[in-house]
Amino acid sequence: MDKRLERILPRVQKPARYVGGEYNAVMKEKGSVDTRVAFCFPDTYEIGMSNLGMRILYGVMNEMEGVWCERVFAPWGDMEEEMRKAGMPLYALESGDPISEFDIIAFSVGYEMAFPAILNMLDLGGVPLHSSERTSLTPLVIAGGTAMYNSEPMADFIDLVSLGEGEDLTVEIIELYRKAKREGWDKQRFLAAAAQLEGVYVPSLYDVSYNDDGTVQSITPKCGAPARVTKRIVQDMDKSYFPTKTIVPSTEIVQDRVMLELFRGCIRGCRFCQAGYVYRPVRSRSCDLCAQYAQESVEDSGYQEMTLSSLSTSDYPPLTELCDKLEDFCAERHVNLSLPSLRADNFSMALMERLQKGRKSGLTFAPEAGTQRLRDAINKNLTEEDLLASCRRAFAGGYSAVKLYFMLGLPTETDEDVLAIADVAAHVMHAWRESASNKARGVRITVSTSWFVPKPHTAFQWEPQIPKEEYERRVKLLRDHMNTKTVNYNWHDSDTSFLEAVLARGDRRLCKVLETAWRKGAKLDAWEEYFSLERWMEAFRECGLDPHFYANRTRSHDELMPWSMIASGVTEAYLKREHERAYRAETTPDCRTQCNACGANRLVGGKCDV
Amino acid sequence: MSKLRLLFVKEAQASYISHLDLMRTFQRIFPRADLHLKHSQGYHPHPLISIVLPLPVAQSSECELLDCEVLEQTNGEGIAEKLNAGLPLGLRVRECYEVTRPARELAFLRAKVELEYDAGVPTGCVDALRGLFSRESIVIEKRTKRKELAEVDIRPMISQVLLCEGDGCVHADVLVQAQNPGLNPALLVRAIETHLPQYAPDFSRVRREELFDEDMKTFR
Repeated sequence: MDKRLERILPRVQKPARYVGGEYNAVMKEKGSVDTRVAFCFPDTYEIGMSNLGMRILYGVMNEMEGVWCERVFAPWGDMEEEMRKAGMPLYALESGDPISEFDIIAFSVGYEMAFPAILNMLDLGGVPLHSSERTSLTPLVIAGGTAMYNSEPMADFIDLVSLGEGEDLTVEIIELYRKAKREGWDKQRFLAAAAQLEGVYVPSLYDVSYNDDGTVQSITPKCGAPARVTKRIVQDMDKSYFPTKTIVPSTEIVQDRVMLELFRGCIRGCRFCQAGYVYRPVRSRSCDLCAQYAQESVEDSGYQEMTLSSLSTSDYPPLTELCDKLEDFCAERHVNLSLPSLRADNFSMALMERLQKGRKSGLTFAPEAGTQRLRDAINKNLTEEDLLASCRRAFAGGYSAVKLYFMLGLPTETDEDVLAIADVAAHVMHAWRESASNKARGVRITVSTSWFVPKPHTAFQWEPQIPKEEYERRVKLLRDHMNTKTVNYNWHDSDTSFLEAVLARGDRRLCKVLETAWRKGAKLDAWEEYFSLERWMEAFRECGLDPHFYANRTRSHDELMPWSMIASGVTEAYLKREHERAYRAETTPDCRTQCNACGANRLVGGKCDV
Repeated sequence: MSKLRLLFVKEAQASYISHLDLMRTFQRIFPRADLHLKHSQGYHPHPLISIVLPLPVAQSSECELLDCEVLEQTNGEGIAEKLNAGLPLGLRVRECYEVTRPARELAFLRAKVELEYDAGVPTGCVDALRGLFSRESIVIEKRTKRKELAEVDIRPMISQVLLCEGDGCVHADVLVQAQNPGLNPALLVRAIETHLPQYAPDFSRVRREELFDEDMKTFR
C-alpha cells in the first residue's frame, strides 16, 4: 500500500472507501493490457457504487480482453485536503495509479450538480482541465450519463460524449481508440473518426454562434461531424449484459443491495420528467431472465436485500409472476425484496403484503400536484381517488405512515393548485380515520415539496423556473394552510434547485462560469455541505452572464436550443405538441394504451414492445 | 446447528474496514460459501455473528476471532478455504473450528507497535521509552464512552514492553490486558506523546500478534 495513503487514512472519515480491494473488484496485470480506463464517478464512493450503470459498464469494459477498467470516486473534503497536502494525485481504486497515467478517463454524469466535481477530479488527478490543453491522444476525457443530454456547460472540458446506453457504444469507442493508438493517430484525427460513430458527440467539432439577446443563433458541425447525434440504446434487454457477479463494497453504500433492473424506459410520459423521455422506448427484460439474474446475484453477493428497479416498477407486466418465482428462494435466503417507484393507481396491496414481512413501514407516493387540472397538465394520469383508494388499502393493511411528494412551480400552477396540496393531505388523513386497522398506533403523513426544475428534452424545456421569491411565497402559502394535525410538511428550500435549473439548460458560455466557480472552491456541489450560491453568483458576475437568463426565461418554440445537436429519439415536434396539450390540461394516454408517435419507436425498428 | 469460531487475519486494505462494516461483510460471506447463519427472531431477523475483540480501524491483526452459529452440522473442516474464496483483500480465514472455550477466558494480547521517525530514531529514544514504560504509573487523557476526557492510568494494563531499534523505527513488542478493561496498544503511543513529546513518532502502526488466556496459553 502507498506509504502516503497509509499515513492519511487514519485521519479521514470512512477510510474504507479509499482503498479498493472489495470482493469482485477486477484486478488485471498491467503488462497484459493495452488500454486502461479510469472510470470516474463525480461524487462519493457511497453514491457512485450505488449506480447500476456504473456497475454495468465496469463489467462490460473488463470483459474486453486487453482492457482494464478501474474505478475512481470523488474524495470527501477531508480526504481531498490531505491528498493535496501530501501531493498525492487522484488515483484509481484497483491499481492505486494516478488517473493521468490512464488511456481514457471516463465520467458517468447523472446530474448537473456533479459538473464542478468533474473539474475538481481532473485537477486533483493532475490532468489539464480544457480539452484544448490536452493535445495528445491520451489521456482522452470522455463522458456519458443522463446529464450529458445537454453537455454544453461541459463542452470545453470533455473530448467526447457518449450518448444514451453505453453497453455497445463504449466498446466501439474503446476499439476505435485502440486502433488510433496502434496506428499513431493524433487526437484530432481520432475525434473526427469518433464523431462518425452513432451516438458520439464531439463538442469541439461544433461551432456555436449567439444572437445579441444571448440566445443561440446557429450550431455548425465541422470535419464531417453529424448535424444531429442520436442516442444509442440496447435493442434487446434479454441479450444485453447484466452484472450478476458484481463488486460488494466492504463499507456501507447508499444502495447496499442487489439491484435487479426489470426494464428500461417508462410508458407514462409525465411531461416534466427527463428520464421518462430520454430512456424511451420501453424495453422489458423477460420474467424468467430476471428471476435467473436475481438468483445468481444473490448467490454471488450474499446480499439479503434486493430491489426491483425501474422507472415505474408497478408497470412491469409480469411483476406478480416475478415475485411468485422469487418468493421461495428469497424466504429461504432471508432476502427482503423492495419495490420502489410504485404508482398509486396500480400497485397491488396483496403483493406488498406478501413482500413486506414483519413490520410495516411507510409507503411513498408522488402525486406531484394538488389538483386534477394540474395533474392532467403534467400528464401524471393519476386521480385523487386512485391515491385515496391506495392509502385506504394501505392503512387497512396496517401501514401507518405515508409520504407524499409534490412539486411547486409547475407550469400553469395557480394558488388554487398549491392550496389543494393541503387538501390532498387532509383527505389522506381522513382516509386513515376511515380505514386504519389499528388507530392506536397513530399515523404519520409527510408532505414534501420541491422546486420544479425544467429539464432539456422534456415537454417543459421551454418553461421558466419560477423565481425564488415566488417559490418561497408558495411554500409559505401552503405552510399556512397545512392545518391538519399529524401532517408534516417539508420543503426543499435549497438554492441548489436554482443552480440546477441554470446548468440543466445552459450553453457553452457557462464553461467559464463553471471554471470560475470551481476556482472559487465549488466541488461536491450536490452536497449541501459544500454548495454555496454566493460563490456561483460571484462567478456569474465575473463572467458577465446572468443566471436568470438560463433559469427563469420563457423560450419560444422557434428558439434554437443549445442542446439541439443532441437527439433522444423523441422528436421536438412531439415535445411541442405535449407542451401545448399541457396548457389545455389535456392528458396523453400511456404507451400501452395507445402509441402517441413520440418518435422513439424508430430506435427499435418501428415498433415498441410495450 | 454448529457453533463455530473463525480465526482470521485483517490487514492492508481490510484494516480500514470498521467493526460494523466487517460484521456486514462477514454476514454476506457465509451465504456465498453455502453456509446458513442462524438468524435472530423478531421483526427484522439478522444473522447472529459476533467478533470477540473488535480491532480499532487502521490496525492490523494476525489473530481476530469471530463466533457464529450455522444451521449445518459441521466441525468447521474445509470452511476456511470456502470462505476465503469470497473475501475482500486483506481478510483471510486461517482456521475454522468448533467453539470450545468461552470468549471471556481471553485475557491478554500481544501486539507489535512500530514507531516511525522520518528523520531517524532520535538518540536516547529507546532508553527514554524504556524509562517511561517502567514507571509505576502512566497517566494519559482518554475519551470515555460519554465523550468526556478522563485521566486513565494505563500502567496496570501493561504486562510487558520490549523495545528495539531498526530501519529508522523503534519496534515495541507489547503484552497488554485484552478485556475488562482492555488496553488499545495505540495508547502506548499516546503515552509517549503525553510524557515524552520530544520522542513522539511521526507515524505508528499496530499489529495484533497473538491472544492468550489467564495462564499465558494461546487462546483459541
